[in-house]
Amino acid sequence: MYRYTDFDQRMVNERVAQFRDQVARWKSGALSDDELRPLRLQNGLYVQRHAPMLRVAIPYGLLASQQLRALARIARTWDRGYGHFSTRQNIQFNWMKIEEVPDVLDALAAVQMHAIQTSGNCVRNITSDPFAGVAPDEAVDPRPYCELMRQWSTFHPEFSFLPRKFKVAFSACATEDRAATAMHDLGFYLRRDASGAVVADVVAGGGMGRTPVVGSIVRTGLAWRHLPTYTEALLRVYNRYGRRDNMYKARIKILVRALGVSAFAAEVDEEFAFLENGPGTATDAELARIGADFAPPPYRILEAEPAVLKEQIATDPGFARWYGRTVRKHRVAGYAAVTLSLKRSGIAPGDASAATLDALAQLAERFSFGELRVTHEQNVVLADVAEHELYDLWTAARPLGLATPNLGLLTDMICCPGGDFCALANAKSIPIAQAIQDRFDDLDYLHDLGEISLNISGCINSCGHHHVGNIGILGVDKQGAEFYQVTLGGVIGPDPARTAIGGVIGRAFAAAEVPAVVATILDIYVALRDPGERFIDTLSRVGLAPFKSAVYPIDQPAELENA
Amino acid sequence: MHDGARLIRLMDGVPRIVQDDWRMIDSAADWDGSPGAVLPLELALAQTERVRAAGRTGIWLAPADDPARAAGFFGSIALIGVHFPKFTDGRGYSTAVLLRTRHGWRGELRALGEVLQDQLYALRRVGFDSFALRADRDPVAALQAFATFSDVYQGSVEPPLPPFRRGSVAA
Repeated sequence: MYRYTDFDQRMVNERVAQFRDQVARWKSGALSDDELRPLRLQNGLYVQRHAPMLRVAIPYGLLASQQLRALARIARTWDRGYGHFSTRQNIQFNWMKIEEVPDVLDALAAVQMHAIQTSGNCVRNITSDPFAGVAPDEAVDPRPYCELMRQWSTFHPEFSFLPRKFKVAFSACATEDRAATAMHDLGFYLRRDASGAVVADVVAGGGMGRTPVVGSIVRTGLAWRHLPTYTEALLRVYNRYGRRDNMYKARIKILVRALGVSAFAAEVDEEFAFLENGPGTATDAELARIGADFAPPPYRILEAEPAVLKEQIATDPGFARWYGRTVRKHRVAGYAAVTLSLKRSGIAPGDASAATLDALAQLAERFSFGELRVTHEQNVVLADVAEHELYDLWTAARPLGLATPNLGLLTDMICCPGGDFCALANAKSIPIAQAIQDRFDDLDYLHDLGEISLNISGCINSCGHHHVGNIGILGVDKQGAEFYQVTLGGVIGPDPARTAIGGVIGRAFAAAEVPAVVATILDIYVALRDPGERFIDTLSRVGLAPFKSAVYPIDQPAELENA
Repeated sequence: MHDGARLIRLMDGVPRIVQDDWRMIDSAADWDGSPGAVLPLELALAQTERVRAAGRTGIWLAPADDPARAAGFFGSIALIGVHFPKFTDGRGYSTAVLLRTRHGWRGELRALGEVLQDQLYALRRVGFDSFALRADRDPVAALQAFATFSDVYQGSVEPPLPPFRRGSVAA
């Protein structure tokens, strides 16, 4: 993974000193609350329901074991003993004291981490594929390009006060988008052109929130060296023309829609023409410098699918089930990428205690060259596990509660912190997730249902990505009471054309009704599916109607009311 | 807007406190054609000949003003101001970049309005060389902001080159 140079370390240290001074001036009254707000947000610090929340960046999801241990120490020392992995490859601490945050940032800087630009109206943490560098289906390792752009976007002087937040993602796989790239303000699909050169198809104007939009392709075949200058051009257009009169209409998606995709793309192209091949253009030497840190770890020469693994699969059904669900193919023979599920009954999705963080560090050191990745589905990946050690990993992970074989299944839910923690939320989300986990705890049934994504957001800001869940659940406020709206059909496809936003099925439900509604939807799916057909495929074949009439057998007028 | 205030100005790249004698003009009624006035772009465009005849003048741009429309005045003005009605309105940063790079303005470029200590570092980087701090703030105390960072991650107006083209990146 990328290792800070003296330059990087100095910049991060100076950032901590800057924030320490800002907090001191705020304490002394020299800075008002309103003046501090954007400054603290750009250091990841929100004021939340109970206490300030600190969001720490995990750039494109990569963590080293000593960083995990530092996060565990932070959880113990300055928080209440746990952290929450978010849907954007960040980790959040929910119980911070503003005065102590500079010390926390110092502790992060000591392990080459930071909370820079994890909030605020600026370029946010850049996310990517958790299987980057090991996936057999990727065209190119996206991580050096992510790091190139992380550095470019850090403290960018022109784009620190954009109309609204700006999220960037990279994907480098033609068959599956594991970064939800089309749902970002700006996304890059990296690929190789006919000559083998790395180019990007650029998608812009995607986003969740109250106006969910799948992004549109604004440029194809952009040579990688133009990533910084093209982004500068696009951000300049957004910075100048994005709406600032209404925060709900300030994301770039609204500008793209207002201008039209081709007119927006033409504006960006016109700006880019002034910057193309200028001094901001990235160089081969710089990519090589960054890329050297992403060289493969010292893999051993191993036999692919060794006999011992086959025997373990054949003789231990529990292991076989876990293997079938959580182990992915690797580009190097004899290795596999393993997802450890952070979703199990009794634990809020994405939450990890300090003990779990330490245990993950230990597992990473023992099995995966000391590195680990976090996913936007709020799980963690050990990307480089020798196949003959998978059984040992499973044995070690099980008592830690990290071996639930529910990856991609119903209970592998994405869920925001919701009304239990978040000041923005209309409704709680974690208790809904718990109720669903409790009701659907039969692994045989879950495996029979197969792949299905269920995403829960406590409000329309959509941090739980409900818009793109096959089943989406959204907390809404009805006259002061918490209700839940259900959407069906959301899906992240390999490109914008195959990505869809779920449709609302009808009136919202009380919390207690939600598990039964989910059960009804699943019953209809089981009744209507063709052999081997996934939930999302059955849904697209039969449409919403059979699901609606099962969920709302008698109350059609109520349904119309919310249509 | 305030007149005659102390402000921060870069002299040979070093920020210094100077006494300012420019008068900020908000509307046509406030200007008698005398020199030393900084006029809103729209007013200047409406009275082009008067501006050119007035001697030492400047113009200032609101966030939505297109900097290209100021280019016709470059030969006859001594200062361009960019107004920040709120410090969180970042349009003025792009205005400054365009004035300095696309349109080639080399004269004084002043940040006006809600200009605060914590924005000075970035304002300097996008090409501002004078800074009229909000009237209730002490410009002397704000000077430390210019030393916040020892280097930068990307080119802008100042410095124009990213670190990897300047040899700043220690391997």
